[in-house]
Amino acid sequence: MSLAFILFAFCALLAVGGAVALILAREPIHSALALILVMVALAVLYLLLGAPFVAAVQIIVYAGAIMVLFVFVIMLLNMGVEEHTDFSKIAKFAGVPLALVLMLWVGHWLAHTPAAAAVGTSANIEPSSTEELSKKLFQQFLFPFEATSVLILIALLGALVLARKEE
Amino acid sequence: MGFISQHPVLVASIIKIAVLLFIVMTALAYLTWMERKIIAHIQSRWGPYYVGAHGLLQPLADGLKFLFKEDITPPVADRLVYTLAPFLALSVGLTAIALIPFGPPDVLIPVLRQQAWSVTDINIGLLMVFAITAIGVYGVALAGWSSNSKYPLMGGLRSSAQMISYEVSLTMSVVGVVLVAGSFNFNEIIQHQKGAFWHWNILGLQHGAFPQIIGFLCYLTAAIAETNRIPFDLPEAETELVAGFHTEYSSFKFAMFFMAEYANMITVSCLATILFFGGWLSPLPESWHWQIFLPGAGLVLLGIYCAYDTLTEMRGIARLQLAVVTALALGGGLLCLIPPVASVIQGPFWFTTKILVILFFYIWLRGTLPRFRYDQLMSFGWKLLLPVSLANLVITAFVMIWPWLRHG
Repeated sequence: MSLAFILFAFCALLAVGGAVALILAREPIHSALALILVMVALAVLYLLLGAPFVAAVQIIVYAGAIMVLFVFVIMLLNMGVEEHTDFSKIAKFAGVPLALVLMLWVGHWLAHTPAAAAVGTSANIEPSSTEELSKKLFQQFLFPFEATSVLILIALLGALVLARKEE
Repeated sequence: MGFISQHPVLVASIIKIAVLLFIVMTALAYLTWMERKIIAHIQSRWGPYYVGAHGLLQPLADGLKFLFKEDITPPVADRLVYTLAPFLALSVGLTAIALIPFGPPDVLIPVLRQQAWSVTDINIGLLMVFAITAIGVYGVALAGWSSNSKYPLMGGLRSSAQMISYEVSLTMSVVGVVLVAGSFNFNEIIQHQKGAFWHWNILGLQHGAFPQIIGFLCYLTAAIAETNRIPFDLPEAETELVAGFHTEYSSFKFAMFFMAEYANMITVSCLATILFFGGWLSPLPESWHWQIFLPGAGLVLLGIYCAYDTLTEMRGIARLQLAVVTALALGGGLLCLIPPVASVIQGPFWFTTKILVILFFYIWLRGTLPRFRYDQLMSFGWKLLLPVSLANLVITAFVMIWPWLRHG
């Protein structure tokens, strides 16, 4: 067992555990904390995949900015403890079995894909340099990149329009 | 022996982390002493004076006091988050320092052949430091929330709003440096400023560079806001919020917040040194070879001053204590005058000196400026700091792609 595999297994378990805790926690802040845990664990997985830039940006943007905003809003609204309702009938009889089927299907597919099966088992994945990434982003994929940023800008303006008070 | 030769990186890292942790913890303690002394002298007082000569043992006494105080958890507090918050704040603050190079990468640890002056040297060091410090805000925000009390909650809210607002400017202000150096790696950024002090990024008077003085001013302002220091210490404004986010904390948990604040101050000072003041480079031209004796000479001078003070001012036990300091300074100074030792400690010496200057500036600000009002804080961050740092970024980018605009 290589160090990379141990790290992978640990962070994968952390990510899944965090995701489960996110759903089960009754206190909204605890859910937010669990989500931060998931994001940090994912960042470590990106590092293992040889993408340090993506890992750093994942933490800076998601854990450092977006989740701070989440926590801020939860604190500002002083939300009480969440009340769990009973499972709806559709979820109980169709949702849970279908989710299990999907999980098995994806697992089966992953186990039979050589590239995916190699994740975390090799210690020497060549880390991609930031320079290569930016060259790809600003030359080969310039249009999709800029289109995405315009899309985000539109979403931002939309939120502003919705939140603005009528005069 | 076999284990050490097989895993040089692991062994070297553990040794370096242990040494760095010890040094940083001591530095944190003595930073409180330095702050109290400087503030006192700004206000024409003596500051700590009775515990040890010149109050030099005061940090130790404070530490012991914090350890032995009762640790109170409010019964209405959220126990898990309340305990987690100080640990999160301190561990994040200390982790960021592990990425800082304190000296040139070509100085190696003898047997292990690993870099001696930095725990780790990664390609995206700058981004990683930002990623780690970005987590730090949760310590403050969660402490405020989990105390389940009104003043801490206000402090926590203020801190998260302030962090989001100033983090954008902080990141934007350093991108100019990244453009000039063409790298996120700390050692490459430093090596790009090689020469003398006018080659440092803040002045940038060399071929293919552009002065980053505006970037530095934006960085400094945003960094002070990020570390919750005066004039941006609204999360713990004692005149408005009792003690802000750590009102309910006591004993060692309170001390941890205190240490985290100082650790963050050290981190942002290290970053400022690396990005704008040439990191571990000497400010003097390389051809002046006598400069390798400066660290030793400085320590010997300090020793001579301490000796004078010991003989004229001190009485009784304080005289003995200061005599020990004198002996340490003189002995260390003489050791640093031996040429092989002198050339090895050049990097850390200049780095530490620069950090101390920036930390002094931090404390000086605290002794000088009043606190911002909350709306002033927000409009300053969004309406002035962010546009200026963005403008700096855009101008730097244009200068870098059109070489005829550049100096030299």
